[in-house]
Amino acid sequence: MSALVEFASVAFAYPQPERARDGGFALADVSFAIEAGEVFGVIGPNSAGKTTLLRLLTRVVAPARGEVRLEGRPLARLAHAELARRVAVVPQDAPRPFPFSVEQLVLMGRYPHGPGRFFESDDDRALARAAMAATGTLELAALPLEQLSGGERQRAMLARALAQAPMLLVLDEPTSHLDLRYQAETAALIQRVNAERGMTVLLVSHDLNLAAEVCDRVLLLSRGRVACVGTPAEVLRREMLEDVFGCAVSVDVNPVSGRPVVQVAWPSVRAGR
Amino acid sequence: MSARRRLVLALVTLGAALAVVAAISLFVGSAALSPGAVARALAGRAGGESVESIVTLQIRLPRVAAAMLAGGALAVAGVAFQGLTRNPLAEPAVLGVSSGAAFGVVLAQIFGLGLSVLEALGVASFAFAGALLAAAAVYLIAVIPGGLSIQTLLLAGVIVGIFFTSAITVLISIVDFNRLGGVVHWLLGNLAPIPAGSLAVFAGLALLGFWLILRHARELNLLALGEEAAVQLGVDAERLKRRVFIAASLLTGTVVAFTGPIGFVGLVVPHLLRGVLGQDNRLLVPTALVGGGIFLLAADTLARNLISPAELSVGVITSFCGAPVFIYLLRTRYRVAL
Repeated sequence: MSALVEFASVAFAYPQPERARDGGFALADVSFAIEAGEVFGVIGPNSAGKTTLLRLLTRVVAPARGEVRLEGRPLARLAHAELARRVAVVPQDAPRPFPFSVEQLVLMGRYPHGPGRFFESDDDRALARAAMAATGTLELAALPLEQLSGGERQRAMLARALAQAPMLLVLDEPTSHLDLRYQAETAALIQRVNAERGMTVLLVSHDLNLAAEVCDRVLLLSRGRVACVGTPAEVLRREMLEDVFGCAVSVDVNPVSGRPVVQVAWPSVRAGR
Repeated sequence: MSARRRLVLALVTLGAALAVVAAISLFVGSAALSPGAVARALAGRAGGESVESIVTLQIRLPRVAAAMLAGGALAVAGVAFQGLTRNPLAEPAVLGVSSGAAFGVVLAQIFGLGLSVLEALGVASFAFAGALLAAAAVYLIAVIPGGLSIQTLLLAGVIVGIFFTSAITVLISIVDFNRLGGVVHWLLGNLAPIPAGSLAVFAGLALLGFWLILRHARELNLLALGEEAAVQLGVDAERLKRRVFIAASLLTGTVVAFTGPIGFVGLVVPHLLRGVLGQDNRLLVPTALVGGGIFLLAADTLARNLISPAELSVGVITSFCGAPVFIYLLRTRYRVAL
């Protein structure tokens, strides 16, 4: 395995002070690598810098210090479309208002493969249909995105990212609006995409148990710094989590998968009894 | 049906409709000419100095051309502003951009610029500068971190519009009124015959603005995903916004320079087209060019003939059509969007 993504001593600060953390930096001295072919998780408390990390990786913002590299090339040297052919993002929320149909949305994923084209090619349309078939959204193709349920919208957004045919699929809080069944489906889909297409997956989430189940390795962010990187069992330890999240937790082992399961040790509830 | 085939079908249909409306517009008017006389003049078989030749070729034909150009340009500018702001109510007049352009034109007229070819370019430049100034002001007032506030955008447009209208009034008051003879009529939007050379300048600038926006139609679609998501799909969002913004201001400024600030074309035409074709800007931009031409040509034909031999300002007709559409959009689209 070789590093697909590398963060080398990356620091970033937002211009508006109210968004800054940890001495003016949203991220400070962050170094890690994502290997090709793995499912990599980024976890941490709110405002630990997860979203900032994602925005640095997709060049929405540029680092103040350090460098982000993709296949060994600095991101700053890649054209926007070049980067979009390699990295696709499934955002946390579907856009609203969004007046286009599911098929039109998925076809938008083909833009970086032919930015000079006025209409999509037949190949583009075939790939979009394949992406919709893979996510079970083909029968929704003609519907406006806004008429879909939360789970269907999420799958349509995933179809758009798959149509982009990236090396790295980035999922930003993929289960935040989903009930249990769709959470399970999403987890299964992540693993399928990784296994069948060999796509590297970056999962950004504060759902520790989802990350524990699907990720090969996870990175725990704390106040803009890397607290720990390793397998879920190495990172999701009680002392580590209590230190980073600032509350009491208990860590068990999922009897089926053998992965860690984290629960809050609800202090206020026990005190009230 | 693929988007390409829908576009071809829509353009053929609209093209036929445009031809019909243009023919009607050429054959009717306050001068009582028989259809045969008009046809003879168009075929070049009437004498050059004959009444039918002068009325048809020097009055009606340039006016038909100006109406088509102005309507098309305003409708395309409307689609562009709506795509940029992700707001179906954004339109050159509503955003105050037309008023900024009008201010530029009045300023140019005070400097004595008229309608010869070179002077027409000068007037258009003043109008373009005024339109850009107003558009930039509205944008800067309405922009908030992460996007544009919809209510603020509309209010900013109204305020900037009022400001430039007041500035025009000041100019008119302090300058000898006789030098600005037609200004009041012109401020309502007026399609007076334009000399052929200036008409060519008009067409060139309008097509330049149209082409710039057409090239970015697909990227405008992606902007509906939100700016960050568009960047993640490979769109250079800042460059896209800058270019479309400038092109839409150029279209607005050009139309105002040659025909005055005709309102609501950029609202009504895109709204009707969206009802039929959906939201794809690749379909809307080219069809708006033709559809806007049809709409303004029909409105101008009405304006010329309703109270013949006197005539209404074409802006009156477009405003009567536009105000109800604006209210309808405000009441329906908006409740959902907010």
